[in-house]
Amino acid sequence: MTEQEFLEYVQSGGQVETDDWMPDDYRAKLVKFIEMHGNSELMGVLPEREWILRAPTLQRKLALTAKVQDEVGHAQLIYRVVEDLGKPREQCLEDLISGKSKFHNVFHYPTETWGDVGVIAWLVDAAAIISQKALLKCSYAPYARIMKKICWEESFHILHGRDVILTMMNGADEQRELVQEALNRWWAPLMQFHGNPISPADDPMFQWRIKSQGNEEARQQFLDGYVPQIWELGLIVPDPKLGKNDEGVWEYTEPDWAELKHVVTGHGPQTAERLELRKTTRAETEWVRRTVLAEAA
Amino acid sequence: MSERAQLLLPIADDELVLGWRNSEWTGIAPFLEEDVAFSSIVQNEIGHARALYQLVADELGTTADALAFDRSPDEYQCSRFVELRLVPDWARTIARHWLYEEADEKRLEALKASDDPEVAGLAAKIDREEAYHRMHAQMWNERLAEEPRYLEALEELRPLVDGRGDHTREFAALWEEMTMVRRSVAGATW
Amino acid sequence: MIVYEVFRQERKGQAFAHAGSVGAPDAAFAEAYAREQYGRRGESVALWVVPREAVAEIHEFVDELQKNYHRVDGYPLKEKLKEARERAGTAPPADR
Repeated sequence: MTEQEFLEYVQSGGQVETDDWMPDDYRAKLVKFIEMHGNSELMGVLPEREWILRAPTLQRKLALTAKVQDEVGHAQLIYRVVEDLGKPREQCLEDLISGKSKFHNVFHYPTETWGDVGVIAWLVDAAAIISQKALLKCSYAPYARIMKKICWEESFHILHGRDVILTMMNGADEQRELVQEALNRWWAPLMQFHGNPISPADDPMFQWRIKSQGNEEARQQFLDGYVPQIWELGLIVPDPKLGKNDEGVWEYTEPDWAELKHVVTGHGPQTAERLELRKTTRAETEWVRRTVLAEAA
Repeated sequence: MSERAQLLLPIADDELVLGWRNSEWTGIAPFLEEDVAFSSIVQNEIGHARALYQLVADELGTTADALAFDRSPDEYQCSRFVELRLVPDWARTIARHWLYEEADEKRLEALKASDDPEVAGLAAKIDREEAYHRMHAQMWNERLAEEPRYLEALEELRPLVDGRGDHTREFAALWEEMTMVRRSVAGATW
Repeated sequence: MIVYEVFRQERKGQAFAHAGSVGAPDAAFAEAYAREQYGRRGESVALWVVPREAVAEIHEFVDELQKNYHRVDGYPLKEKLKEARERAGTAPPADR
């Protein structure tokens, strides 16, 4: 098979298994994309983890712990896929900590209040599930397969998030304010989440059918699904230009793409602190991996 | 306080506080598979605390959440052993896990023999989940059996297993943190 | 780290399907980790946990000489049935 034949094969819906021949560029792109997904799951743990100790009821404590557990589980599944493509998990973690590889923009921001916990579980996970559902059709079959489990588990997170938000919106004025303030904080990162509106034709991840939808398509789907749900609660989306035009397309204030780039290249408000936490906890448990895993290496 | 409350609250408080402490590992355990497994243990511990509080709450006319969150720190009857903040020390964490499961097994045996059928029934259910915790503790205990820092941790923690009475200073900080959102809006539903 | 492949059965009576893999130091850890990773929400009734090295993969199924007698395409019954019906002067069952 030539590279061109391979390209035609994946573009016509063909799927690839681990041991199949694949062009080097395809393998490299796969590793980069999937590794960033794994990094994001692992770093996505940190903004919520801080609130596990502060969850205000036993039910919330259990649900939040389970959500974070799912995310760690996803990181495990995803790094296994990367490992089978040739990059060991330990190397992925090293590259993450050293800032060589990236993770999603939303996980570079602080979690200020319990309102943020609700907004993250509801809207950040909603944005994520849209990207992840599109990966169910990924040309790399082992990745597409684990996405089924991941999407299934993410659906619980949205339920949990919505329940947290609805409970607060039905509560005291202070609780409603917590939600509105959190929405104000998270809106810009959410609008940047699916990336700048690069045309699918120019997106190598789309050309190789690693992704099956364009960035703007994903953002439109997010707005279509969730803006009405936000509005119906009496919450205000902090974008005066937001609205659907006559053609059914959502219009909005241009997201700050420079901020997105700045943040994902390691300059977000929490980037340094979170990577430092990963680095120190990893160093402190190094002896465990050495003792327990070395003989099984 | 009822006889049931006297019997169950120290156990429920132990499970709650140990669960809270172990949850500090969520997301930063030594490796990912272990993180997932240890988190399930945490969830079971909190679940056990909740079920035990519920039995007490039914008698006292309150709720499990109120017992878990709305008492003052000096009303909790957990042992100082479970209050210790051990993260990021995996050796001491596993040592406590192993010692706790050993002590908890005996305590559950006694509860299973209780004359109170609700208590005995719940103890049997809890014990079926604890069986997996014991397997997990056993696996790690065997794996670390020759690790000096693990042996030291066992020596250090063994005498503390059932130390009750005054709370540790760490507990005050834990209580502050675990109740902060709940206390932030008086009487709110979360 | 040893890689273990995990197969899960969703309901009794169904085939075990590949669920994914876990890394573990030994079989006991692998069982514990597989239980949590692939069964904690009650999504499985049983798991098979197998060291990856124990799985033999086969990709080639050679059939150079068209042994179609044990495949559906070896039996073109449609044409023959049409001819037989014509000889017997009968119509297909639906038309009767």
